[in-house]
Amino acid sequence: MSRIKSSFDRLNAQGRKALIPFITAGDPDAALTVPLMHALVEAGADIIELGVPFSDPMADGPTIQRASERALAKGMSLRKVFELVVTFRATNQETPIVLMGYANPIEAMGAEVFAAAASKSGVDGVLVVDYPPEESAEFSVAMKQHGLDPIFLLAPTSTEERIAGAAKLASGYVYYVSLKGVTGSAALDVGAVAARLPAIREKTGLPVGVGFGIRDAETAGRIAAIADAVVVGSRIIEEIEKSTPETACANVKALVSSIRRGMDAAA
Amino acid sequence: MQMYDLPDAKGHFGPYGGLFVSETLIPALDELKEAYAAALRDPQFIAEFEYDLKHYVGRPSPIYHAKRWSDILGGAQIYLKREDLNHTGAHKINNCIGQAMLARRMGKPRVIAETGAGQHGVATATVAARYGMECVVYMGSEDVKRQAANVYRMKLLGATVVPVESGSKTLKDALNEAMRDWVTNVADTFYIIGTVAGPHPYPMLVRDFQAVIGKECIGQMQEQCGRQPDYAIACVGGGSNAMGIFYPYIPVEGVKLIGVEAAGEGIETGRHAASLSAGRPGVLHGNRTYLLQNEDGQIIETHSISAGLDYPGVGPEHAWLKDSGRAEYVGITDAEALKAFHDLCRLEGIIPALESSHALAYAAKLAPTLAKDKILLVNLSGRGDKDMHTVAEKSGIQF
Repeated sequence: MSRIKSSFDRLNAQGRKALIPFITAGDPDAALTVPLMHALVEAGADIIELGVPFSDPMADGPTIQRASERALAKGMSLRKVFELVVTFRATNQETPIVLMGYANPIEAMGAEVFAAAASKSGVDGVLVVDYPPEESAEFSVAMKQHGLDPIFLLAPTSTEERIAGAAKLASGYVYYVSLKGVTGSAALDVGAVAARLPAIREKTGLPVGVGFGIRDAETAGRIAAIADAVVVGSRIIEEIEKSTPETACANVKALVSSIRRGMDAAA
Repeated sequence: MQMYDLPDAKGHFGPYGGLFVSETLIPALDELKEAYAAALRDPQFIAEFEYDLKHYVGRPSPIYHAKRWSDILGGAQIYLKREDLNHTGAHKINNCIGQAMLARRMGKPRVIAETGAGQHGVATATVAARYGMECVVYMGSEDVKRQAANVYRMKLLGATVVPVESGSKTLKDALNEAMRDWVTNVADTFYIIGTVAGPHPYPMLVRDFQAVIGKECIGQMQEQCGRQPDYAIACVGGGSNAMGIFYPYIPVEGVKLIGVEAAGEGIETGRHAASLSAGRPGVLHGNRTYLLQNEDGQIIETHSISAGLDYPGVGPEHAWLKDSGRAEYVGITDAEALKAFHDLCRLEGIIPALESSHALAYAAKLAPTLAKDKILLVNLSGRGDKDMHTVAEKSGIQF
């Protein structure tokens, strides 16, 4: 059984929801990524989404763009992301890691080589923003053959037919993008999210994560009440930006802990 | 020759093209695909498009025999398809009219565009003014500085120009930012993409709107020369003017198709924008195509004297035409393009765009190697007024 599935099964048994923080690998420096990942786990993260930086992050707002630029300026690459995962796995074999990024670094490596290396290094799932279901049937098969969960985005604009198409290829969880826009946008309408979730649940038994625009414990709590997982990204990147390398782990831990408390209080 | 019917229903040209965007945009692209298919079946849409091309753009653009230049080069005869004479000064307007008409049909009151040199931005602002649409143009902040006159033209036409500060601050980053706007405002906004790249159906519909260039050529060449050219030559950045002239010629045997990329300071220096000559296939901006990238799959910065060719990708249909051998792609350096620019000014009294000067430079290289009865047809895709500052600076002249 995949680490992602067993995490959700365990949380389900406990009546808790998954907290999935996102950080960009190599931001602000490769040396800080693994300590930040451990800090996220200590703060109550159930799954970590690790961003693979790309030169042209079309679906991301300014915050994650800046994180990608900082990471690339310091020489981060897909190969180095695998090395970071290996280092993290030396002391943590439980927390699932999902790589999130764009198609081209994977295309440059080759899907098969990528899947083998990701699996070997201890990655559990892969979310490629610009691989929609119609372009990723073969990719999904390669992922699954290597024991990786292909994770797909669903949007407020997704039709029922498209939800079904994604559900057919996906495993692990599906990620509902809670608003039209890029990452880090403002104002999330919890009511609108709640109204869309039944249509998704009708097409898939997979857990549904919700992200984009979740910035505080209160919103995280309200999303936790209706979804299976809460994804928080840009807000954490902002915290890293505000911190020094010495204070980043403690500050991120405090932020993510407060989000965790918000979710647990709502459950 | 085999029938050519690409792209397939999902937008693929062989392994290239496709629909590589985040989920939020897919329904909008599906909607566009359907609206375009319906428009093509509507005789009124076609009639209005043709009416505007004739009365607003000034089509058909003439074909001109550059006899003096040909004689001096001493070989093949060079004919110029005069897209520089179009309203707004380049071929870009053909596509903008088509897409603005689609936007109106789809009830979208707001249009957005990306621009490099500013030609597509100006053309978009122009049609937006005429159709009474709100218009926002994204332009890299480096290009905003380099192309101040075009920025002002867009503002005169009522558009908002947004300088883009991310990444390399050039065309590719403007495209990223336009995509972000579109994701956010997809309900009321139509994205007018300026080239034959981007997610399906854009490469197809931009090609179709630009194909008027090649269709006219087929009739005009028959009329003027009694036959079709031996070569059709066009510059390729994203590749819209080249697809416009190539597409109707794909099934015409005996017409060689040559795309001319920007070799910048020379392919070997790494400072160029020749995606097809020096790139590898990958995925960017919604389609799979040849890209200039490093070994980690990061997109690298490009260089060309012409902002309109300064792009790390290329339309997917060009990728397919290259692999299939139907078209050939070559490089022309900044220096070669500049020489052709000056030659055309002095010998024919035509000031060409620096983009088009790349195609002219290749014609000038090829012509002397061929017999005098051979015909080269060059797409003179735009005029060079916008390039005065760049050329003057290269000549050490300050305005």
